[in-house]
Amino acid sequence: MVKVYVPQDTTSKALGADEIAFAIESYAAQQGIGIELVRNGSRGMFWLETLVEVETDAGRVAFGPVMPEDVDGLLAAGLLHGNEQHALFLGLTESIPYLAKQQRFSFARAGMDDPLSLDYYTANGGFEGLTKALAMNGQAIVDEVKNSGLRGRGGAAFPTGIKWQTVHDAPADEGETKYIVCNADEGDSGTFADRLAMEADPYQLIEGMVIAGLAVGAECGFIYLRSEYPEAHRILNDAIARAERAGYLGDNILQSGRRFVLEVRLAAKAYICGEETALLESLEGKRGMVRVKPPLPAIKGLWGQPTIVNNVLTFVAVPFILREGASAYADVGYGRSRGTLPFQLAGNIQRGGLVELGFGTTLRELMNDFGGGTFSGRPMRAVQVGGPLGAYLPEAQWDTPLDYESFAAIQGVLGHGGVVVFDDTVDMSEQARFSMEFCVAESCGKCTPCRIGSTRGVEVIDRIRANESRQANIALLEDLCETMVDGSLCAMGGMTPFPVMSALRHFGEDFERGE
Amino acid sequence: MMNNAAQTNSYSDIDPDLWQRGVVDTVANLKKKRGALLPILHAVQDEIGYIPPAAIDYIGKALNQTAAEIYGVVSFYHQFHTSPGGAHQVEICRAEACQAMGSRALEAHAKDSLGIDYHQSTSDREIRLEPVYCLGNCACAPSVRIDDKIYARVTPERFDRLVESVRTKSVEVK
Ligand SMILES: Cc1cc2nc3c(=O)[nH]c(=O)nc-3n(C[C@H](O)[C@H](O)[C@H](O)COP(=O)(O)O)c2cc1C
Ligand code: SF4
Ligand code: FES
Repeated sequence: MVKVYVPQDTTSKALGADEIAFAIESYAAQQGIGIELVRNGSRGMFWLETLVEVETDAGRVAFGPVMPEDVDGLLAAGLLHGNEQHALFLGLTESIPYLAKQQRFSFARAGMDDPLSLDYYTANGGFEGLTKALAMNGQAIVDEVKNSGLRGRGGAAFPTGIKWQTVHDAPADEGETKYIVCNADEGDSGTFADRLAMEADPYQLIEGMVIAGLAVGAECGFIYLRSEYPEAHRILNDAIARAERAGYLGDNILQSGRRFVLEVRLAAKAYICGEETALLESLEGKRGMVRVKPPLPAIKGLWGQPTIVNNVLTFVAVPFILREGASAYADVGYGRSRGTLPFQLAGNIQRGGLVELGFGTTLRELMNDFGGGTFSGRPMRAVQVGGPLGAYLPEAQWDTPLDYESFAAIQGVLGHGGVVVFDDTVDMSEQARFSMEFCVAESCGKCTPCRIGSTRGVEVIDRIRANESRQANIALLEDLCETMVDGSLCAMGGMTPFPVMSALRHFGEDFERGE
Repeated sequence: MMNNAAQTNSYSDIDPDLWQRGVVDTVANLKKKRGALLPILHAVQDEIGYIPPAAIDYIGKALNQTAAEIYGVVSFYHQFHTSPGGAHQVEICRAEACQAMGSRALEAHAKDSLGIDYHQSTSDREIRLEPVYCLGNCACAPSVRIDDKIYARVTPERFDRLVESVRTKSVEVK
């Protein structure tokens, strides 16, 4: 019996993994070779997908990137025997430098097995954090999270323990419960770590949310999932059903008498619903309009009750922290950024994928050592870090260490850890225009500077690009950006100027190409 | 559309079409959930392909909200359509990682080869073209979604082949 692994995550499937799995099964059946085909999650080395792994005496060996058209040849050449001579042979998966050099806390299990296998999860540290948490009181759990130094991974990097403390201390109304809400709207372009966490290790997210419920006394949770992720939707729903049947969710978690129920709710294609208060409005069945704070969601959140809203990556860090202890997490990192961040290499990059590292590596090391330069082979020119509201960084800034404070110091944001690389064919005035255009499309409409300002921004950039009174229009654009920064309720309007102004400042020549 | 006084619990004034279309069942199954509106809208659109005006009225009555309120929610989200379109939805990622890999050219090609703009459907009623801002496939861009399947590294030629295969598939089903 040969064990073969073919991933089932979105990117692998998008590259033909289903066809590959089918071809391998048919071949084995035809040749009378007994195989056990495991549809694992991805390891996050997307540049090598579809990564086919075969269990051998020496360990799991990998072949990749396998294209559907390669499979017949690969099978004939002895894929199922782990043929080391084949051009796509990569050796032991664990020894592939891209993976071996990472520090995987939250993604240690990603891609190892069928993501829905409870046996695999529990045999590899799964639910150990939960078991510990069940023996602790809420305050002790909150303290553990505080001591880990974990900060929110959704963008704002707010200390998670402090947020949990607020919810812990705030009572729910009579007859109501507090809520745990997972922000799985992952709207930032160039990011896919939430998706991978959900598709490759869904029980870890469930465990993190149950622990949060125990910590603050909440009995009900929602995962607000972007509708652009159909695979994650399927996997999460299945995982929740299985976790319920096995007693990890429901009215009596592991016979403890504690209750926690969990449901996935689909978002509906609105970037602003990633903002936590708009998200809560949306969950309540309304338009995703941003709420004025205070009150904080931690005090008056979903249906007016104390609510934790955390990003997927924040929750998935928690089982490790409980299992291994706060200091095991806090020992890694840089300055006030503790633990690891799963960076995501995307765009025009040779080796795109997920790279989980302790904070502090420089952007250049990440892009070169892991990313291997551009996909096109042309020189890199600009990098957008931290999603569509993040600044475009020129080469002079690539030696910045990847941690929250160092990035803030250069007016950048690390945000959710997305790194989008552009080569020298990029027109940065076009990128700046897009940032404004995106704000027009996605503004919730509450503040004038955001709603109207972005529309004006598109027009002004068009005029600059057309060489119409350039200096006056550049001054106008700067004013407009200032107004947006000062007069916007949330980061949508407040940060759209970051990519725009960074493009103008660092790549001014692109605004002077006008016809 | 906004006439509250016309609210009634009698089934007699329900558009008979809606019965067939399962809207009534969907609403009955989901309306007890807290925050039921988005789940209901998703379910209706999954079944019918869009949210018809009669469904908006009906959902409003079931949730004790005005049709105007429901319409306000429907129109806020890019997800929901209020008019019928192509049988298959083709979404092209317009976001930055895909831009860095040539999605602007892909978009232009797609509009040209389908002969439509975003939010429109082909005249054979097969394809509705929509923009999308990130499918989480940013390491292997540019990305396209067709119904519930996502495709990586989509070149203009591959785009045409994918669209063609979807079209022939529908013919087989009919
Ligand atoms: C326009 C906008 C979009 C956002 N999108 C997301 C998102 O997609 N996912 C996310 O986790 N946080 C997003 N956030 C941040 C959330 O408002 C919130 O800070 C976060 O969910 C809190 O979780 P954390 O503390 O674990 O990071 C967004 C914020 C803004 C202003
Ligand atoms: S800044 Fe824009 S998105 Fe944010 S609340 Fe104001 S209008 Fe809405
Ligand atoms: S930016 Fe296109 S898939 Fe993420």
